Amino acid sequence: MKKMAVRAASLIGGVLAVAPAFALDGQYNFQVPVTRIAEDIFSLHMLMFWICVVIFVAVFGVMFYSIFAHRKSKGAVAATFHESTTVEILWTIVPVLILVGMAWPATKTVLDMKDTSSPDLTIKATGYQWKWGYDYLQGEGQGIGFFSTLSTPRAQVDQGEYKGDNYLLEVDNEVVVPVGKKIRVLLTAQDVIHAWWVPAFGVKQDAIPGFIRDAWFKAEKEGTFRGNCAELCGKDHGFMPIVVRVVSQQAYTEWVAAKAAEAAAKNAPPAAASAPAAVPSAASEPKPAASAS
Amino acid sequence: MSAVTPDAVHGHDHSHDHDHHMPTGWRRWMTATNHKDIGTLYLFFSFIMFLTGGVLALTIRAELFQPGLQIVRPEFFNQLTTMHGLIMVFGAIMPAFVGFANWMIPLMIGAPDMAFARMNNWSFWLLPPAALMLVGSFFVPGGASAAGWTLYAPLSLQMGMGMDMSIFAVHMMGASSIMGAINIVVTILNMRAPGMTLMKMPMFAWTWLITAYLLIAVMPVLAGAVTMLLTDRHFGTSFFNAAGGGDPVLYQHVFWFFGHPEVYIMILPAFGIVSQIVPAFARKPLFGYASMVYATASIAILSFVVWAHHMFTTGMPAVTQIAFMYMTMLIAVPTGVKVFNWIATMWRGSMTFETPMLFAVGFIFVFTMGGFTGLMLAIAPADIQYQDTYFVVAHFHYVLVAGSLFALFAGTYFWIPKWTGHMYDETLAKRHFWLSMISFNITFFPMHFLGLAGMPRRIPDYNPFFTDFNQLATVGAFGFGLSQVFFLYIVLKCIKGGPKAADKPWDGAEGLEWTVPSPAPFHTFEVPPVFEAPAGHGH
Repeated sequence: MKKMAVRAASLIGGVLAVAPAFALDGQYNFQVPVTRIAEDIFSLHMLMFWICVVIFVAVFGVMFYSIFAHRKSKGAVAATFHESTTVEILWTIVPVLILVGMAWPATKTVLDMKDTSSPDLTIKATGYQWKWGYDYLQGEGQGIGFFSTLSTPRAQVDQGEYKGDNYLLEVDNEVVVPVGKKIRVLLTAQDVIHAWWVPAFGVKQDAIPGFIRDAWFKAEKEGTFRGNCAELCGKDHGFMPIVVRVVSQQAYTEWVAAKAAEAAAKNAPPAAASAPAAVPSAASEPKPAASAS
Repeated sequence: MSAVTPDAVHGHDHSHDHDHHMPTGWRRWMTATNHKDIGTLYLFFSFIMFLTGGVLALTIRAELFQPGLQIVRPEFFNQLTTMHGLIMVFGAIMPAFVGFANWMIPLMIGAPDMAFARMNNWSFWLLPPAALMLVGSFFVPGGASAAGWTLYAPLSLQMGMGMDMSIFAVHMMGASSIMGAINIVVTILNMRAPGMTLMKMPMFAWTWLITAYLLIAVMPVLAGAVTMLLTDRHFGTSFFNAAGGGDPVLYQHVFWFFGHPEVYIMILPAFGIVSQIVPAFARKPLFGYASMVYATASIAILSFVVWAHHMFTTGMPAVTQIAFMYMTMLIAVPTGVKVFNWIATMWRGSMTFETPMLFAVGFIFVFTMGGFTGLMLAIAPADIQYQDTYFVVAHFHYVLVAGSLFALFAGTYFWIPKWTGHMYDETLAKRHFWLSMISFNITFFPMHFLGLAGMPRRIPDYNPFFTDFNQLATVGAFGFGLSQVFFLYIVLKCIKGGPKAADKPWDGAEGLEWTVPSPAPFHTFEVPPVFEAPAGHGH
């Protein structure tokens, strides 16, 4: 009995000792969640993880005990039993009950993730080989459009130059959204399937050429959040990141105004003897080939 | 290898049987119809493919050792990941299990050979040309297909002629699998020794019977999927092109309807091997034989209704996500039953830990870890974060390498005395086990963390945040690769010579294969044996 207590204590101690490793944003676990959905996902993940750990310890505790105690070299004599209906029923039903316990919160989160109704802002993200295009379709900022391309210098990739903290996770034009607002993201693609993924938001949605899918997020904190294309799309699949900057409502309004001014300047009729006809702003990306499904 | 001399037939004068000259040299192998010879061909072929796929993997890991691109260009990197997958799945794992089926099923059920001995030859000989197509695709303009082993459209529609070569190879390998599966079903259903009812036959035969039905059901579906790719590429169809009225996601549905049963095709025979080995070394009958049969059948049936868990991010309706999530979670139940039954077999046995048992117990331990991550992946909302990251890569390598491959090693050490007549070197084999087990975990365990922290899969370069675990994985991978060259040495050494193996070198083993001499004579069970079920069967 005392031996078991010591064993239990050291087990708990061991777990507590490594508990910091389970912290978010370390190398061992998810990035810090910035939306309620991402928090729900994280909770689900940790629930699953701990249930699996408990089952693992129980099952392999039994197995390793058996390996130790039931060996021929220790003089163990083999029993002859080879069935037990009771035990079989038990270890079929108990796992089913455990699964039901996992399925309940998971179902709730699926339904939450699917509810893209009543957004404050709608942005369309189009996947290209190999960059993203964004169009602000509805809500404050409507009409803004731009491409977002990896801005890490090739010399860092190919020639071993010193790599910054945001190596392969930085772009020329970031997506800017206001904090605390529900953003609906429409996804499509120009060529092959891509996927738009921002881990801190808990959002990943395939961008399928010829079709429109949607996802949504509501960032609860300001900051800059980085993600990657998450569907193999050709040679530079690893080189088309996503960067979303979440700012206060005030800062967002200012950004919208600045963007509008920029677009107006580009579209204004040329002053006498100055620059040739403006190249239209990046809002003129090609439209998807077929209607939304 | 099996005994070469035809007149080693046990106890009977068969002088008339060999008026037809037994071919020797290359003709023997080219025209083989004997299940032992064909089994040997499959096993050698699969090992060559395994080493080839392994070289591709080591190149991948070498590139991923540090951030930045040092060794290969991204286009070529994608060819490496694609071909590593195709070669390992279709060239290494599947043919290896078919090799075991060929060698062992007739011996286990007391049959003289497979039902269709000549078709068996064709099943094997389709594979080397298919392998040449796959490997050869690296050398054509445009290189090998770089669309991932899953070959998703529309990306696969952009690939060069290497893609068409891969499609051709898949067709050949599919035909080989279908013919092999038909052979196995007919053999098992018709050629069991008198007294061996279905519920008295060895578990390895049961798992292969069920696997064979899965193969017959889904290989044609894969053929359909890649043929649609071919016609979209060259014959003006638009199955996967929205502009023509098609849908890229259709490809995923068709592919994964094959793809999910495919992964069970790769694991059920492994379950069968483990179910033969654990009772032998625990000196105790398999616990719950009937449940093991029902659990295997349940897994196979459920495998048909879970395919879209590979597609949770494609945008399916909530109710569909939920349905596939529930069905996927359900598979944990029969799989758990199997794990519990193996442990119950060990419980209060009298165990020794020769290398087959080391690999079998190692399988139970590490495969179950892969099963846990599979359950986590089944949770659709969580999968949104895991999908297309290294978490998935970790999961499937745990079940395919620590699962399927370790079972193949276990079976090799278990049955090689029967195949060659020699015992393998136990000391070296134990080293192979520990080297493989440790290096495997060093390679793949860190990948769970990489995936959780946000590293996508199929990328040749990454942010320095991910460096430490990538370096660890690369070091582990090279260790694992070297360990398998060591395995080759152990096997070749055993073929060449070693302590003479008894008919039944493992004192706790049961089964008809242990009633014939070691090495098994070229022809066995030409007269059906008398079969009495040992304890634990036929209730």
